[in-house]
Amino acid sequence: MELKNAVAGTLESGDIMIQIGPGEGLRVELQSSVEAQFGRQIKEVIEETLKGLGISDAYVKATDKGALDCTIRARVTAAAVRSTGVDVWK
Amino acid sequence: MERLRRTMMFVPGNNPGMMADAHIYGPDSIMLDLEDSVTMAEKDAARLLVHNALKSIDYGDTEMVVRINPLNTPYGRKDVEAVVKAGVDVIRMPKTETADEVRELEAEIIKVEEELGCVGRTQIMAAIESALGIVNAYEIATASKRMMGIALGAEDYTANLKTPRTPEGSELLLARETIVVAARAAGIACFDTVYSNLEDMDTFRKEVELIKNLGFDGKSIINPRQIQVVNEVFAPKQKDIDKALKIIAAIKEARAKGSGVIAVNGKMVDRPVVLRAERVIALAVASGILNEEELS
Repeated sequence: MELKNAVAGTLESGDIMIQIGPGEGLRVELQSSVEAQFGRQIKEVIEETLKGLGISDAYVKATDKGALDCTIRARVTAAAVRSTGVDVWK
Repeated sequence: MERLRRTMMFVPGNNPGMMADAHIYGPDSIMLDLEDSVTMAEKDAARLLVHNALKSIDYGDTEMVVRINPLNTPYGRKDVEAVVKAGVDVIRMPKTETADEVRELEAEIIKVEEELGCVGRTQIMAAIESALGIVNAYEIATASKRMMGIALGAEDYTANLKTPRTPEGSELLLARETIVVAARAAGIACFDTVYSNLEDMDTFRKEVELIKNLGFDGKSIINPRQIQVVNEVFAPKQKDIDKALKIIAAIKEARAKGSGVIAVNGKMVDRPVVLRAERVIALAVASGILNEEELS
């Protein structure tokens, strides 16, 4: 699936900003104040969400401000939809 | 017992921090907003946030409502799909003017529910925000079995009437009374409009007292600070609770004896009196004045 550079989310507390663009394999660069405790889990949620959307090649830069997993999934999906132009709704 | 709906708190659908915390303050209902509080450029992202929040966050007993975009915009139908798939309790239609609009929304809901195998799960409420909507209030309130309530949206309504909003709200009186009467005739709930000046809690309290006396079930609110005021105004007074408890006790006793008509303090107790007493008790329990164990 061809990706264009796209972004979703904000830098407000409780949110996460996801920047997505073309890449080889899935590469996630994470910046988070809770990286030591939750970094691995956040990356897993990002990767699982992308795989669920059929995206296996992408570069993602994530700036986390304490987002819940459901927020991470929503922001990754929004960035992916904007990047591919393929919506998840009918 | 009937669900209490004293406060319906508006939460912007593109603010994950507020969406995660909203239920902590104890509103009776939470309305996640995909319409006016979300810019056009963020409609897609907000829809995904609301969908995922509804699926994942444990909001407990709080009734979850989502205000969707009108169906005649590019967003409305996708909003319906996203929130029905997430199991929302109620879809709130903005700017409702006719019963046909309610039926059109119902048809969209049914399409998604059929796909999920859960036809009938999602309720509808309609916000009435124009003169035409007020004229059609009863038809809107009875347009579908799914109708849970109707609400007044005063900003658009007063703009449509070509009048400003005043602190005493005389320009809203006909709309408020029409909505209460239509809702009661239809057997559904009714909600007053928001009060947006958070610095003037005295006028807010007066407005809540007014709409409670007019018969509204509750008020739409925009900030957790408004919850306590609404709950205080809606909390029954001790003498009303004592009277209601006597009525309920007398009814139980009469039923046990098999007698029909009863009297409390020399006054006949009939069905409306019992219904009022039950509502007083429900409000007293919800306000923490009575606990349910004391009732059994």
